[in-house]
This record gives sequence, structure tokens and C-alpha cells, in this order.
Amino acid sequence: MRSRTAPWVLLAPFLVLFIGTMIIPIIMAIGYSFTRVERSGLLGEGGTKSVFAGLDNYLAALTNANFIESIGRMILFGVVQVTVMIVAATILALLLESASAKWPGFFRATYFLPYGIPGVIATILWSFLYIPGLSPIVDVLAVVGIDVDFLGPSMVLWSIANIVTWTYTGYNMLIIIAQLKSIPGELYEAAKIDGATSFRVAMAIQLPLIRPALMLTIIFSIIGTLQLFAEPRLLQTMSAGITSEYTPNMSAYAFAFQYNDIGMAAAQSVIIALAAFLLSAVALGVSNWTEKRS
Amino acid sequence: MSTAEIDTTTTGRRKPLGNAAKAARGDGRAGARDAGRKPTTTIIVTALLAIVALYFLVPVYWVVINATKSTEDLFGTSGFWFGENFQLLENMRAVLDANGGIFPRWGLNSLLYAGVGSVLATYFATAAGYALAKYRFRGRNFVYALVLGGVLVPGTAVALPLFFLFSSMGITNTYWSVLIPSLVSPFGLFLASIYASAAVPEEMLEAGRIDGVGELGLFHRLALPQLTPALVTILLFQFVAIWNNYMLPLVMLADEKLYPITLGLDNWRAQTDRLPEFYQLTIGGALLSVIPLAILILVLQRFWRGGLTEGSVKG
Repeated sequence: MRSRTAPWVLLAPFLVLFIGTMIIPIIMAIGYSFTRVERSGLLGEGGTKSVFAGLDNYLAALTNANFIESIGRMILFGVVQVTVMIVAATILALLLESASAKWPGFFRATYFLPYGIPGVIATILWSFLYIPGLSPIVDVLAVVGIDVDFLGPSMVLWSIANIVTWTYTGYNMLIIIAQLKSIPGELYEAAKIDGATSFRVAMAIQLPLIRPALMLTIIFSIIGTLQLFAEPRLLQTMSAGITSEYTPNMSAYAFAFQYNDIGMAAAQSVIIALAAFLLSAVALGVSNWTEKRS
Repeated sequence: MSTAEIDTTTTGRRKPLGNAAKAARGDGRAGARDAGRKPTTTIIVTALLAIVALYFLVPVYWVVINATKSTEDLFGTSGFWFGENFQLLENMRAVLDANGGIFPRWGLNSLLYAGVGSVLATYFATAAGYALAKYRFRGRNFVYALVLGGVLVPGTAVALPLFFLFSSMGITNTYWSVLIPSLVSPFGLFLASIYASAAVPEEMLEAGRIDGVGELGLFHRLALPQLTPALVTILLFQFVAIWNNYMLPLVMLADEKLYPITLGLDNWRAQTDRLPEFYQLTIGGALLSVIPLAILILVLQRFWRGGLTEGSVKG
């Protein structure tokens, strides 16, 4: 069974599971997104049947004000949160690698720690730090004269951003550190001989050479932003500012399990997947384009 | 067997990691580079890093302190310091006994989903990644493209149709409904194939074939030991991914007895509006579930780093 069957035997368990739990559901979702369930009889007692609906579900999704608003909200969230997080992760990585800091191992482990705390538990912990009366942070800020309602309609998006940043900054920092460590020592030697300052070394050597790691972290973060679900859903019961269609994923979930509109839910899922795909492709394209120019 | 050749490939491969290890010890090139650095810089940078560390530790500190309080103290005393009564043990006992011991059951469920899921997923992904790296066969590029496409589709977009699929098979609200989707790790497949193409030398496999080892034997007896570092990394990532999963169990499970810890704690927290004693249960439960993961992260930190190096510096 030299080269013919052997690779397929090794691939079989993975492929069967992959096709069964990813490819078939994706095909099903595409199928649902083009169908409409019609109930016959006044209260649907005559049974249901699926009929081909063409692009109706997509048109409905793209003209649904709440869905469009949720996409806009995620774009705003992504532009601010991903930028803050990646800049913070890069600065922390550069500082930890600069050898100017004491106990880099301790700091690295501390920053990475939140990644091991499930998003659900991180959200529960932070939610307690947001509730007035329970949160020492709200108390301290009140003493200084700052009144913040972390769960208020205008603030809650940034309270969610804080939870996501808290969880993933250390993880992204580790990816950047791994790439920083692969920069050959000779480059630093050469820069030192030329009398370059640390700032100059960071700008001229380190930042350009960690571009692949930065692109990787940015793409993962964009996909993560589009998928935002657990954090806002958990905070929903505490904040009047979060509707059940607050993020695109929450919207798809609500249409599938609360409003029983499978076609609409599937169309929204497909749109989310396409958007993630397109944004990743655009990010990769921009990266390649700037690389060629420089 | 040509050990010499294996040595050259592995050392060639290890070189960047060797540098990383050296730099991690905080010596050598970085130290030399900064030999003339002023102590004030060290103080400023360290102070800055310490302030950032406070931010990352605040929620963890808060949960440790407040898990020791009574419900009155929770609201009556400062959240940053201990209350009048120190009742950590009573609180922990209440967490473990609540609802006839539902919390330990959630813990075991999480362990089952993440433990069994990550071990099998790692084995399947490594076998498949190795096959893609070490064999040339028709359909190879198609499989690569298919898996890459699957990686880019958001997991949550798959969860909804998966529910309808499982529901038509009658396996929603069972252990299988969470376990089966957890057995797939496309990320693991890519990591294993990148690692296998560098760490498993062709000569070793040829030598094995001459000795009459079957193709599956080559994978299990010769390749797997070489792939250990990749195996550890895939296992850790998959374990954390399953442990942290929220949407899949939320969609699939209705019976509280099948919940993983994340879903169970969310259930408790949702009841705090009406029943204040659930605050203590939720805080105690959060503390108990954070401790094992925090230890895991700190102890296995070097494996995370090794794995991340493999994954990100492939270019």
C-alpha cells in the first residue's frame, strides 16, 4: 500500500470528521439561506414545507436595520479594539525583549495568564467589576469624582472591548515575541556599531521584521471580532444597551433559536463567513502590496 | 539508519529555537547590546510593566479576595480587601454541594470534553498532517485547500447548521454533540504538516521501508516520536479551545447535567438577579475553575512558546 492508499488511510479519520462537522454544515447553511419555510393553515397546523426563495433571505438580511447596525458596530469595535490591542502587544513585546526590564519571565507569564481563562469566566469576572455596588473600581472612580456606568448603552461596547483586550493581548504578545527572537543577532550588532538608539532599532529593524507575526495577529483578531458572541451575550442580562441582535453572530443566533427563521439565520451566517474571508484576503493583499513597495 | 543526516536536519531546524532559548535566559546578545544602559531606564521600564501587570491581575485578585466573603460583606466592604468574616472553606463547600453536587459534575464534563477531545483531535490532525507532508498523491492540494477554506469560516457560523444536522440524527443534547465537533483541529493539521516536513527525514522513512516496516508502522513508530513538540502544542491549543468553547455547548445542550463549567457558571450568574446567594456560588465556582487553568498555563509556558515559534515563523 506504498503510496496509493497509505496517505488516505492516515487522512481518513480527520477528513471524515472535517467533512461531517464543517463542510456538510457549511453546504447546509448555504442551502438553507436560499430557502423559505412556508407554513400552511392558519396557525401552521397544516405542516411546513421548504420552498426555494432565491436571494430573498440575503436581501432581507442586508436590508435589516438591526443586522446592518450590528455590522457597523463590529467595524467600529474592530478598528478601535484591534488597533489598541496590537499596539499594546507590540510595545509590551519590544519592552520585554529590550533587556531593560527586570523579571521578564514573570511579566510574560502574567500577561499571558488571561488567555487561559475561558471567555465566559473572564466576562463573569469583569461583569462583577462593572456592577455598581459590587465593583471596587466604580467605588474608587466615584471617590475621585468620576461617575462611569460601565454597563450603560454608550459605554458597554468599550467594556466588552476591555474584556477582549484583557484576554488576548498576552497571546498576541507571545506570537510577536516569538518572531522577535528569530531576528539574527548580527543585525543588532551592526546597529550598535552604527550607534543606533533603541528607538531607532525598534523602528528600523524590529518592526519591519516582525511584519508576518503582526499580520497573523491582525487577521486572527479581525476574524475574532466578527465572531464576537459570548461576551456581549453574557452581559446582555445586565446591560440595557445590549439587544439580542447586538453583534452579527448574536443576530444569527436569535433568528435561528428565538424567531425560528432558519433561512434568515443561515443567510446572516453566510454573510459573516464571507466577510471574514474577504477581510482576511484584503489584509493579506495589503500586506503583500506594502512589502513589495518597501 | 543514517543518523548523521538526521542530525544535520534537526540541528538546522533547531537553530532559531536555540537562539530563542539563549535570549530567554536574558544573557548574550541582548545583554551585550544593553551593557551601557542606564539604571533609570530599567526602573522606568520595569515600573511601566508592573503597572500593566496590575491590570492583568485585577480580576484574578478580585475573585480570590471575594471568594472568602459572606454575601453581606461582598456588597458591604471594599472589593479590594478582605471582609469581616473569612469563610473561604464554607463558600467552597457550598459551591461543591449546590444542587446535589452539580459543580463537580460540570468540572468532570469539561475535563471529558477537553481531555478526550484534544487527545483524539491531536492524533487525527497529526496523522493527516504527516500524510500531507510526506506523501505525494492526487488530491493532495485539493485537501489542503479544503482545510484552509474550513479554517477561515468562523466556527460560530458552522454551529447553527451543525445543530440541525445533529438534530436530524437525534444526537443533540448528548455528550456526542459536543465531543464529535471537538475532534477536528484544522490548525493542528497545518502545524503537524509544517513540522513533519522539516522534522521527519525522508531517509529515515526509506530505511524503515527497507527493514520491512509497514506504512502505518512508519508513522506510529518512526514519525510520531519526532513530532512530539508539535503534538504537545496541538494538544494544548485544542484543550484550551474546547475548554473555553461557549457557543457549541450552548446550542447543543439543554440538560444541565451535560453542561461544561463555562455554561454551568453562566447559568448560576444568570440567577444572581433574583437570588443574591448565587453571587457567592458564581464567584467561588469561578475561582475553582480558574486555578487549574492558571497552573497549567504557568507550568507549560515554555511549550506554548515553542509551539508559537513553529506556527508563526514558518515564512
